[in-house]
Amino acid sequence: MPFFMILASMMGYGSLARDSGLSFAVSVVSTASVWGLPGQVAFAELFAVGAPVIAIMLASSMANLRFLPMSISLLPLFKNNKRAWQWRYILVFLMSINTWALTLRHGPAMPKNLRLPYYLGLCIICMSGGLAGTAIGYHLAIALPFYVTVSLIYLNPVYFVFLFSAVQYRNCILSLLFGALLGPLFHLISPDWGLPFCGLIAGSSGYWIDRRMPKRTIPE
Amino acid sequence: MNNFQFIDSMWGLLILVSLSTYLWRAGGVLIATRIEPRGKLAQWFTCIAYGMLAGLISRIMLMPIGILAETPLIDRLAALAIGFAVFFAMKRRLLPGTLISTTIFLVLTTLRANGII
Repeated sequence: MPFFMILASMMGYGSLARDSGLSFAVSVVSTASVWGLPGQVAFAELFAVGAPVIAIMLASSMANLRFLPMSISLLPLFKNNKRAWQWRYILVFLMSINTWALTLRHGPAMPKNLRLPYYLGLCIICMSGGLAGTAIGYHLAIALPFYVTVSLIYLNPVYFVFLFSAVQYRNCILSLLFGALLGPLFHLISPDWGLPFCGLIAGSSGYWIDRRMPKRTIPE
Repeated sequence: MNNFQFIDSMWGLLILVSLSTYLWRAGGVLIATRIEPRGKLAQWFTCIAYGMLAGLISRIMLMPIGILAETPLIDRLAALAIGFAVFFAMKRRLLPGTLISTTIFLVLTTLRANGII
């Protein structure tokens, strides 16, 4: 399932990258080396309009700022495994929304020594889907009719909506709800800084409101 | 500008962009090394990550950029709503909800593209 999700969304990036004038090799390598779609999109789009280097760097970096809190919350799962901990700088390099969300969901219930193979397996599946998708999208985007391409792109956010709907911790659910409400509003105020602030405010309010509310057990 | 410089600058730019993205990930490692794994700070950062991701996905759904912006908002939301109904009816399983939403969205955009609705 994650393989096809990423295949589909990276096909979209592949065709965008070609339209932006990036070479085939740069497009495929950027999927592996940046490994964060919003940042890659910013890179391709700003490259196309010939923006200054600093502007491209800042925009793509800001678009991928979510990796900071994501890697902070992923790593505790690997802290008790010595081998995984030694590889932590590699582990966060391979992290994507998919591998992060699935590992956070299934990892805590897993024995500690199985988390690393699970996570790496996921990363390999996702990365191969991403690379294949970029390559395919670069070469045959125009061959697909509009309604198929647009549905492939729609698949990605929908999949994440359902992936996050299965989250069970109350503070995370509250943060998700606040984030979903604030995200579009903050984007109107500032496309560059809106998302980090949205995350900070939504996450902090979710966290604090949960602590003020009476304790309850995790459902199901 | 000759061809070699052009390729050079494209690769140079890619390296800069990749490094500036990796800085966030590496910064996360530095902070994670210093905080209690199951502590309050770790939970707070998890909440921030969820808040950011929810904001991102909700922005993409309501105010997309690129070709998704050419589809009507009502199509995107209606397909999502029906998918949600299926998702909860099927005991919160990921695959049915996602597939139903996408299929309905595909049907709606196909019908519109052919001028039926």
